[in-house]
Amino acid sequence: MIVFEKPKALTDVPLHYCPGCTHGIIHRLVAQAIDNLGIEGRTIGIAPVGCAVMAYDYFACDMIEAAHGRAPAVATGVKRAMPESIVFSYQGDGDLASIGLCETVSTAARGENITVIFVNNAIYGMTGGQMAPTSLPGQVTQTSPYGRDVATQGYPIKICELLATLEAPAYLERVAVNNVKNVNRAKKAIEKAFRNQVEGKGFSLVEVVSACPTNWGMEPQQALDWVQDKMIPYYPLGVYRDKEV
Amino acid sequence: MAKLTFQEEECKGCGLCVHACPKGLLSLSVQRLNKKGHTPVELTKPEDCTGCASCATMCPDCVITVEK
Repeated sequence: MIVFEKPKALTDVPLHYCPGCTHGIIHRLVAQAIDNLGIEGRTIGIAPVGCAVMAYDYFACDMIEAAHGRAPAVATGVKRAMPESIVFSYQGDGDLASIGLCETVSTAARGENITVIFVNNAIYGMTGGQMAPTSLPGQVTQTSPYGRDVATQGYPIKICELLATLEAPAYLERVAVNNVKNVNRAKKAIEKAFRNQVEGKGFSLVEVVSACPTNWGMEPQQALDWVQDKMIPYYPLGVYRDKEV
Repeated sequence: MAKLTFQEEECKGCGLCVHACPKGLLSLSVQRLNKKGHTPVELTKPEDCTGCASCATMCPDCVITVEK
């Protein structure tokens, strides 16, 4: 009996991500959710700009590549034009929390019935490790070589807390993928975010605290330990909104 | 007994599975390289594997298939 295999909602294209990049884990969790809910034939994904820009090669469902940060706006259009489809966007922090913050907040405020997967690794990965809106205070990046100084560069944006001030979102949860336990929790959260859409409950966003070993300058496992020690204390895991409860 | 199958050419040698295995049964090869030039993962004691799938859960590249 097969206990674990590659989900069918992923193609056979090898992932281009760096060794130890947690994008691969999150891709798999999304694909498992699509498989488990049996929605592969009617799912449409919106790929971001960032490391995950080539997600359209990896997911077996229909995919659209959106302009930088505009994935929730494109998802809104697709969902309204084709209400029977299941629409998700897959975005990083540079995409969702920086250039696309307006679209993120506006889409959440309208309570569009879509699913957003937000990958927060506290850095711009694809462009070479610049400071992101989510970089931690004191974090050394290419553009903050002495560490992020909150006096001039401000504080990180906490997306789940920010969106939890709005009335409309149905489900907001922050999870992490730094160990087996947290990956299993993340799997449940992502599946719930998709199920909410199938049941018409409204806007669901799962923020996944993630690692970027290459741009953090760490070994893969060291990066996951850094997630546990530095990221999670600043970005507490948990449910920020669940209209079912 | 559990059986692990590795898509070796997909392995990037990141070692997350090595840390995830509760019994410490996995290691990165010291002898071989795959086509990508990475040192692929190997199961050292297949008879001790319980098939918990912790390694596959942490693998970013879906390298590992677990059967029981």
